[in-house]
Amino acid sequence: MRNVSTICKRELGGFFNSPMAYIFLVIFAIVNGYFFTNTFFLFGQSDLRVLFDIVPLVYLFFIPAVSMGLIARENNLGTMEIMSTMPINTYEFVLGKFLAASSLILLGLVATSIHLFTLISVGTNVDYGAIFSGYLGLALMGGTYAAIGTYASSVTENQVVAFIIGVFIVLVFFMLDKTLVFVPRSIAGFIQFLAVDYHLSNISRGVIDSRNLVYFFSMIGFFIFLAIRTLEMKRWK
Amino acid sequence: MIKVSDLSKNYGSVEAVKSISFDLLDGEIIGFLGANGAGKTTTLKMMTGYLIPTEGSVKVNDLDIIDDIHEIQKQIGYLPELNPLYTEMRVYEYLEFLATIRDISGRDFKDALARVVEQCGLRGVVHKTISDCSKGYKQRIGLAAAMIHDPKILILDEPVTGLDPNQIVEIRELIKSLGKEKLVFMSSHILQEIEATVDRIIIINKGQIVANGTSSELMSSSKGNVLLHMDVKGATKDSIEHVQAKLPSVRFVSFEETDGLQNIQFEYGKDKDPREDLFKYAVKNKWKILKMNPHTTNLEDIFRNLTMEDNADA
Repeated sequence: MRNVSTICKRELGGFFNSPMAYIFLVIFAIVNGYFFTNTFFLFGQSDLRVLFDIVPLVYLFFIPAVSMGLIARENNLGTMEIMSTMPINTYEFVLGKFLAASSLILLGLVATSIHLFTLISVGTNVDYGAIFSGYLGLALMGGTYAAIGTYASSVTENQVVAFIIGVFIVLVFFMLDKTLVFVPRSIAGFIQFLAVDYHLSNISRGVIDSRNLVYFFSMIGFFIFLAIRTLEMKRWK
Repeated sequence: MIKVSDLSKNYGSVEAVKSISFDLLDGEIIGFLGANGAGKTTTLKMMTGYLIPTEGSVKVNDLDIIDDIHEIQKQIGYLPELNPLYTEMRVYEYLEFLATIRDISGRDFKDALARVVEQCGLRGVVHKTISDCSKGYKQRIGLAAAMIHDPKILILDEPVTGLDPNQIVEIRELIKSLGKEKLVFMSSHILQEIEATVDRIIIINKGQIVANGTSSELMSSSKGNVLLHMDVKGATKDSIEHVQAKLPSVRFVSFEETDGLQNIQFEYGKDKDPREDLFKYAVKNKWKILKMNPHTTNLEDIFRNLTMEDNADA
């Protein structure tokens, strides 16, 4: 576990040593802030629903962008060879990378809590439970996308390719929910269960069901597993 | 000690390394020589655990590269080809990062850092960002990174590529001093560099070992012909070609004439030197000798012979 945190710290340092982290955090805050405040005073509702609706859309492109360089860059620079010849397990390396991306996303999410303070100062009857579950859902969704991004980054040494693959996979899981009308009823339930939006909306409504948690954690586990396998397969080529 | 036995690696249908075997002893500096694409880097990547061999085994002090990979990696310092570095980090940050993974922290790290800074001459750049360092310094940072845990074995893939002559001499001296107590295995395609630094040379060509020994061993086992370059004036083509008939130990190789100056090349066996006879012959035929320059076979020729013959076979 110490190796995981060493890798994670180095990666976070890399984020903050380059403009990457700042660009991400600033633009993430501006986009979310714009859409949130745009309509906030029109509805006169004491919740963050607008924010919780906009963040998943922003995630679609932001998370693949944050995670595209995680492993692809190491493949490209050749530093992968240094990491692979250090006494460290592949899973520790991948987990560290995933946690670094997740931490940056969480940081972006925490920054949006500024809107919560706006809400508290002008709103009445703030439903803290719904806000908590909304954030929990977004955090889990962010983690899932980060795992997908980590996997996309492991299959190539080109960051642009990693970004495109990442956006594609993320989009598939995001869109599944919207295709339900077109699929036979017999598999509709299954497709719906795979859709990330379905689980997010459950949690956001304030229903924290173990099925939803299991879904998010298995998605994260699955894509991290794929990333580990991808890296290990390279040594056999 | 490293024992490589019947090691092979296939990339798809391409056989990059074909069943090679050799032993490396502690305290030895061994040069691993071969043309580009001969299989050097692939072999090193298998020895460090980056690639899994298709067949065969690598044993380091009786540990196996597959079963005890982390134990072996703790004992090895590796400088990969092209010296990859996290260029956005500062030099000490990078070394600290590697040291942390290798379980060196606090007081121990300070000592290790002081040691590699001293050995690799990094004093001026420790706090610099790696991308701001010159190529020579980057190479030394790579070397320092490979040595931060004071490994018993150093595996260096083309450690002096791209350095200027002064830097090459410095790195060479450093490797020599390290070789007093460590096993150093370094690859190169530049002969002079290897010849000046190592105790023993292993030559690989087309994935196979074609020579293994000290440089003097390799020289004495070679065919050992001497090529004689002569610049003369006033020689006729007939008299030049006639040499071989008069002096049987000399073989005519080539002849070229520019501005009345004849440039001739002869070849003769290392054991019998015909230069005196050749001189007498020249005087008799009214040649004016301007230059006579014997070129003994050196490692470079051996290398070329070994790697060319095989090329002709293929």
